[in-house]
Amino acid sequence: MIYIYIFYFLFFGFLLTAIIGLLASWIDRKVTAKVQYRVGPPLLQPLIDIVKLLGKETLIPAGSSKITFLMAPVIGFASVILVSTLLWINNIYPAKSFIGDLIVVLYLLVIPSISIIMGGFASRNPLASLGASREMKLILSYELPFILAILVTVIKSGFTFRLGEILTFQAQNGAFVRSWSGTLALIVAIICMQAKLALVPFDIPEAETEIVGGPLIEYSGSGLAIYKLMKNMLLFTLPFFLIIVFIGGLRFDGIHLLYGGLKYISLVALMTVIRNTNPRVRIDQAVKFFWGPMTIIAIIAIILALLGR
Amino acid sequence: MIDDMSIKLKALLKSPWVFHLSTGSCNNCDIEILDCLTPRFDIERFGMLLVGSIKHADVLLITGSGNRKSMERLKRLYKQIPKPCLVVAVGECALSRGMFIHSYNCPVPIDKIIPVDVYIPGCPPKPEAIIAGVVKLIEKVKKSTEKKSLV
Repeated sequence: MIYIYIFYFLFFGFLLTAIIGLLASWIDRKVTAKVQYRVGPPLLQPLIDIVKLLGKETLIPAGSSKITFLMAPVIGFASVILVSTLLWINNIYPAKSFIGDLIVVLYLLVIPSISIIMGGFASRNPLASLGASREMKLILSYELPFILAILVTVIKSGFTFRLGEILTFQAQNGAFVRSWSGTLALIVAIICMQAKLALVPFDIPEAETEIVGGPLIEYSGSGLAIYKLMKNMLLFTLPFFLIIVFIGGLRFDGIHLLYGGLKYISLVALMTVIRNTNPRVRIDQAVKFFWGPMTIIAIIAIILALLGR
Repeated sequence: MIDDMSIKLKALLKSPWVFHLSTGSCNNCDIEILDCLTPRFDIERFGMLLVGSIKHADVLLITGSGNRKSMERLKRLYKQIPKPCLVVAVGECALSRGMFIHSYNCPVPIDKIIPVDVYIPGCPPKPEAIIAGVVKLIEKVKKSTEKKSLV
């Protein structure tokens, strides 16, 4: 029995997520290049970047906290593998979920951002500290509307905190996105996802033209490679989570495989289009945006869900 | 047996991330380097990216004549770049100090201070010349990895 979980951990949680994440990262870069009338990088470019970074020297800045500096990327990477394993098991065997795994997933999805904050503060660089403090403010701002949006699915599926029951409820009664409250909550969740992935317009923590990479500025070699891989895997894990809770999960039999691929690719394409058509906002504008309009829309969605719409 | 170092350099040649350093140039070379990123030339199709932090870089791209103040910074940056790395000098000033060769402030050319792998002449060099220079560098490193004698 334990071997099955190890198999899920290594094959689905790590390998498949990494492959799809690297592919999504390539789609993102290629679409960005096409929007700017460029050719763009070749297909294997994200993989080559990571292999190259693994072969480079790892430098530790003088006076930094060495253990925290080296541990931070590993913690974030481990949590991403764990959360994608949980999501895959729930998606394939909805009956195998445990009570409250939705809450576990929500907590585990914050840990990558926290690992970036830890790494930024540990590296003893003023720009990295600035980026880490911005990341912290960004987490505080987007977590509230994100959790409220996820709460809509909990209300609509009859107050269950099991991902598996949310999935089976949607399989019987249709996806939540077909109702008004589900649509509003999905819009809020997609915009929060943009901030969770630190993409433009919410790339405030790592604004490259402003604070040159933010918390990752001092990372080189394998530390940077793990961070890059973690971000590419998040590019799969977060849309996958939204697909499970709002759009009825991925299925692998016959025509449903095509639908599943379509759901995922349309979410990634939407993120890329938002990324390419918006300028970066300031951190105070981001906090106002998430605590103002986004929270209000999420609360309206919750009220609609309570009314049964 | 395959050399460990040559695998590292082979992956590096397919995604060289460039850090751009100006040691007191007149900004013409810097503008020509930025031109390489535009849709007309688009060096991202070779996997090249311009990075902001020296710790992320594989290639140190130097422009300018190298005066007394910036030489100290150049030495520090060369110590901070993770190895294996490559160094490219762009423009007449970076090669031989150009019109500043008699200046009191530019005592030695850049390649007397750190080892330079490829020189791209011109005042300023065209983007085509810069890309051709980088292609020559890649071929040179490929030959040296085949011989297993490193740069």
